[in-house]
Amino acid sequence: MSSGDSSDDYGVRLLNPDGSACEHVDFLALLGVEGLKGCYGAMLRARHLDEAATALQRQGELVLWIPLRGQEAAQIGSVRAASPADFIFPSYREHAVAWDRGLPAVEVLRLLRGITHGGWDPAAHNLANYALVLASQTLHAVGYALGLQLDAQLGPRLDAQAGVPGGQEPAAVLVYLGDGAMSQGDANEAFVWAASFNAPVVFFCQNNQWAISTPAARQSRVPLAARAAGFGFPGVRVDGNDVVAVHSVTSSALARARVGEGPTLIEAYTYRMGPHTTSDDPTRYQPAGEVDHWRALDPIDRVERALAPVCDAAWFGEQRAEAEAAAARLRTETLALPDPPPDAFFDEVLVTETEEARAQRASFREYRESFQV
Amino acid sequence: MTTTRMPRPGTLLVPEARSAAEPAPVSVPLARALGAGLRDAMAADPKVVLLGEDVGRLGGVFRVTEGLQEEFGEARVIDSPLSESGIVGAAIGLAMRGYRPVCEIQFDGFVYPAFDQIVTQLSRLHQRSAGHLRMAVTIRIPYGGGIHAVEHHSESPEAYFAHTPGLRLLTPSTSADAYLLLRQAIACDDPVIFFEPKRRYWERGPLTVPEDPPPLMERARVARPGTDITLIAYGPTVRTCLDAASAAAADGRSVEVVDLRSLAPLDWATLTGSVRRTGRAVVVHEAVVTAGLGAEIAARLTEECFYHLEAPVGRVGGYHAPYPPARLEHEYLPDLDRVLDAVDRAFRY
Repeated sequence: MSSGDSSDDYGVRLLNPDGSACEHVDFLALLGVEGLKGCYGAMLRARHLDEAATALQRQGELVLWIPLRGQEAAQIGSVRAASPADFIFPSYREHAVAWDRGLPAVEVLRLLRGITHGGWDPAAHNLANYALVLASQTLHAVGYALGLQLDAQLGPRLDAQAGVPGGQEPAAVLVYLGDGAMSQGDANEAFVWAASFNAPVVFFCQNNQWAISTPAARQSRVPLAARAAGFGFPGVRVDGNDVVAVHSVTSSALARARVGEGPTLIEAYTYRMGPHTTSDDPTRYQPAGEVDHWRALDPIDRVERALAPVCDAAWFGEQRAEAEAAAARLRTETLALPDPPPDAFFDEVLVTETEEARAQRASFREYRESFQV
Repeated sequence: MTTTRMPRPGTLLVPEARSAAEPAPVSVPLARALGAGLRDAMAADPKVVLLGEDVGRLGGVFRVTEGLQEEFGEARVIDSPLSESGIVGAAIGLAMRGYRPVCEIQFDGFVYPAFDQIVTQLSRLHQRSAGHLRMAVTIRIPYGGGIHAVEHHSESPEAYFAHTPGLRLLTPSTSADAYLLLRQAIACDDPVIFFEPKRRYWERGPLTVPEDPPPLMERARVARPGTDITLIAYGPTVRTCLDAASAAAADGRSVEVVDLRSLAPLDWATLTGSVRRTGRAVVVHEAVVTAGLGAEIAARLTEECFYHLEAPVGRVGGYHAPYPPARLEHEYLPDLDRVLDAVDRAFRY
């Protein structure tokens, strides 16, 4: 591997940018034509939803949007490698992961409309809420993975207590982080813990080359995947714009984790084809030539080229129509979201509201009502 | 009150209690009462797991967890890497999986690497998840000075956490409370920061488990009734204030001592009730006085008991300087004389 962000080593690749298949000594394509068609539909849908959300923010309907454009293959390829029993910890840009996991698209926008700081039930889709403090979720993921290990060790006793039959489906944890988060202490502590306990966790780092304006080279002198060796577990760089390779590498890592072979770090080498958030202006730091270079490597175009020989124009048209319809629905649903009640910020601070909190809530209500003549 | 599971009388398994000939209260050191609380909580609920530095094989640097790894195994008493953010972050993940982790932070001054996980994650995940997640995490922190230690081993960081919504803070001052409050903290579905007065670890006190224990988690305790002035203390300063009350009694002053037990939330009913009776109050803690719990208590008592107060609410605590080296800590810590001086000032006003 060469070093830093100047690397032209895109990592494991199974689908060339021109749509042709290629081989890798360690990884086999696991997605057949049907699988690839499914990924195409999911990626296209994610792009349309993402664009609709950006438009909603520009119209003042969202407080912020965090675009994922360019990272569709990294997200869809990895999330489709996870089983329903696997637990997923996103960071904050993994909308395609969340949507593909079954979370209604509007739930992510509920957060970015300023209605909630999270809101969804993590158990509903085995998907944690977003974590905005970089790398904080990596430690939660390791703790959850330790819990899975404990379940196996204490299983009979716990099952007896809960009155349920034993024997759970083996599961692993998939946690997302970015190239910027790789510099955080929590990420590195998570790597130590995961290695020390051989925890069933896969760290999926989307290296999109930019942490707002900070280039990946400022985070690391070595390829991020190479860091794993120092912690004592495998690290793999994969072409993050190749959905087939991402799916294959992530499937392999999750399978290792589920059978007790421990953690893996995956670096999905990709590019953020847009601003960090709608508050950002990437033209101040992303060189135009670099953006053009990556535009030619677009993850959705690549799959379209691969499917062109086997899918006709009508099929592609259907996919586009479905994605556009999903985006239109998202827009309608977002605009219909009700504002929270004014005292909602008092809710669920603690499981049982304290006398103090009850008194403050009552005082707040009384104050508000004093304006209503 | 959330799910509290209290042991029945007779289930208490303090080694000294096992061999006791009669059921009279046994006298045990506070640290031992904490160990008994952990042990009984683990025996009662297989979801209770401990994690921290040196808690297993060594039994903790203060031996609070002694014998627990032998009894419950390495899976449930986890010797962690030296990584405080990791301890709390991993505990959050364990709680998400349905466990009830009890973390040990080895010393007060080492909680700061975990501060981010506590204030940005642990305290907020219940609300962030719209109530779906319950963070049944207990974080034990030995705190306070007076043990002739080096830097970072004598601090009182409770105000940082009291300022943070979404956390409960408990601190016992007696062996009986150490056991009960710790059992309740572990059984509580909210995150609890459990401050242990480390210089009182070796002080003995009776340990009994009442048949039907009252809900203690938010209730202060009148440690000594009195009529002339209220000393408000918690953790290590309760003993100091009780000594001061005895000394003041010789001067004919009847001093009431209130032991807060819960620092978040605070038991305002007990505090205002006491101060309305006595008309004077002094708050005593080891932590730096500036923007500390004493400031909050004094402000609130002034708001709620203004017409009952005969003097401004006094504060005795740490000076606005880092906790000093061991040879100076007797100058810095609130002691009996400084408390009595504050009492005198309240009467001179």
